[in-house]
Amino acid sequence: MKRSPLARLWPNATAVVLFIGFAFPVYWMFTTAFKPTSDIVSEDPVWFPTAATFEHFQKAVDADNFWTLVGNSLTVTVSAVVLSLVIALLASFALARLRFKGRRGFLVTFMIAQMAPWEVLVIAIYMLVRDGDMLNSLLPLTLFYMVMVLPFTILTLRSYVAAIPKELEESAMVDGCTRTQAFIRVIFPLLAPGLMATSLFGFITAWNEFPLVLILNKDPEAQTLPLWLSSFQTAFGDDWGATMAAASLFAIPILLLFLFLQRKAVGGLTSGAVKG
Amino acid sequence: MAVTTERKDPGPAAAGVRRSGAPPAPGRAAPGTPGRGRLTGAAPYLLLLPALAVTAVLLGWPLVKNGMLSFQNLNMRQLIQHLTEWNGVDNYRETLTSEDFWGVTLRSVIFTGVNVVLIMVLGTLVGLLLARLGSKMRLLLSVGLVLAWAMPVIAATTVFQWLFATRYGVVNWVLDALGWHSMADYNWTGDQFSTFFVITVLIVWQSIPFVAINLYAATTTIPGELYEAAALDGAGTWKSFTSVTFPFLKPFLLATTFLEVIWVFKAFAQVFAINEGGPERLTETLPVYAFIEGMGNQHYGMGAAISLLTIVVLLALTSYYLRIVLRQEEDEL
Repeated sequence: MKRSPLARLWPNATAVVLFIGFAFPVYWMFTTAFKPTSDIVSEDPVWFPTAATFEHFQKAVDADNFWTLVGNSLTVTVSAVVLSLVIALLASFALARLRFKGRRGFLVTFMIAQMAPWEVLVIAIYMLVRDGDMLNSLLPLTLFYMVMVLPFTILTLRSYVAAIPKELEESAMVDGCTRTQAFIRVIFPLLAPGLMATSLFGFITAWNEFPLVLILNKDPEAQTLPLWLSSFQTAFGDDWGATMAAASLFAIPILLLFLFLQRKAVGGLTSGAVKG
Repeated sequence: MAVTTERKDPGPAAAGVRRSGAPPAPGRAAPGTPGRGRLTGAAPYLLLLPALAVTAVLLGWPLVKNGMLSFQNLNMRQLIQHLTEWNGVDNYRETLTSEDFWGVTLRSVIFTGVNVVLIMVLGTLVGLLLARLGSKMRLLLSVGLVLAWAMPVIAATTVFQWLFATRYGVVNWVLDALGWHSMADYNWTGDQFSTFFVITVLIVWQSIPFVAINLYAATTTIPGELYEAAALDGAGTWKSFTSVTFPFLKPFLLATTFLEVIWVFKAFAQVFAINEGGPERLTETLPVYAFIEGMGNQHYGMGAAISLLTIVVLLALTSYYLRIVLRQEEDEL
């Protein structure tokens, strides 16, 4: 069915308008970060910057504790994601491949845990962490972030494991592998896209977490980047160049990770593994 | 056996209601030697143990603790002196009889409703548009969507403050240029309605991509024969949407709506970071209200009671879907 050029024009025009709408805030963040201050505080916006400067980034990076906070954020995020992946791998394998009493109950438990309203548990968590004398430490943050992303990681990995044809394991076991060996040699390599997708989600969740660290870690040395960024504007007032540079620095790792892992997470899961 | 080979970013929806198609069949016991049978009995539980243990300790314990705190008179003084003063249901009585609480609850429900309707309607339209576009235009729009989707919440919040800034903000400049001159130096965070407007634009902008991209991915799994059959029956665009596309996407839409309800209702960072619930505490939603009462004003026991009531409201909002999920799981397993 051929569409006339005019019938194609509408969707395409809408797509362009939508693209601009979705991309513009991101574009504005980056361009503001590079613009000379005179272009930022001009009566008419400078849509296409011609001059670039690094002074705003310099200012953001020179802010107190910046590198400490980068270290904190990375430590907490990466540890939380790795821990949750290890724990989730075991659980998802059991839930996808084994049959046992109470399986459904466990699944439902994780589905409900996925809805956990962490944002409203901060007061209780504060009390527990305070009683344990663990305020201003990275350990509680790491553990809570791990549990925040765990249910989703388990459920998602489970559907990835379930999608891997059982014949692969069975044939490996016929060839004399034990179940564990079959898992390590056959399933694990095929899970790469699933691990990518779930770690992306985990990374973003932990990297962005705000309410918990806001309450638990008042010590500037023990904070993470989201806090730094949200207080940045208060500290720098209307210095939008520096604020946008800070926002850019915070967003770049996630944007890169997203673009990189998006492609990895998509595509044939077991393509080529079983020749039909 | 149908294997899902295409999976565009399995969002939480993948873990919620799964599309019809390939419910994972329960694993058969390993065709192993008899000697291995004994291990398999305990194996699943051992594999699940770490996950259950950390969830019980780190999620269960705060939930229990929150319940206990909500029956205590716990303010700054008690906190510093480590006093435990039980006060029965006083916190609940006070909360449930305060106009503030009901005002905030109503506000949160309306706020959630408006956002979720906008997200679902616009997200669905954008997703259907993606399905109609040629490959080049689809890539262009997808790039825009992924950019918005991947923006970290706090970074996006900061950017929106800049877009809506009173002076030098692009939004005011555009409105002024379009002839609405009173908006030239408008202070968006100056009143309740306009603050909520900014928060809503931010949340909707960030949430549409998830719905649109996943919906598009779901439409690619609709068998073409269905459309051909509909076309043979003389169905037009609208008819084939209502008779083929919509029924096929219904489970997806239901699951996504529910996820968005949870997500928007719990949204804390956006609401708090834009204006800290101001002006005059008029843009506090329940999670922010619990936070400000509990931590900000140091009425910890009261804050815990509000938190618990917030969870109850959230459960009420999502109960319909939860029932479906529980039934669905039963069929699936």
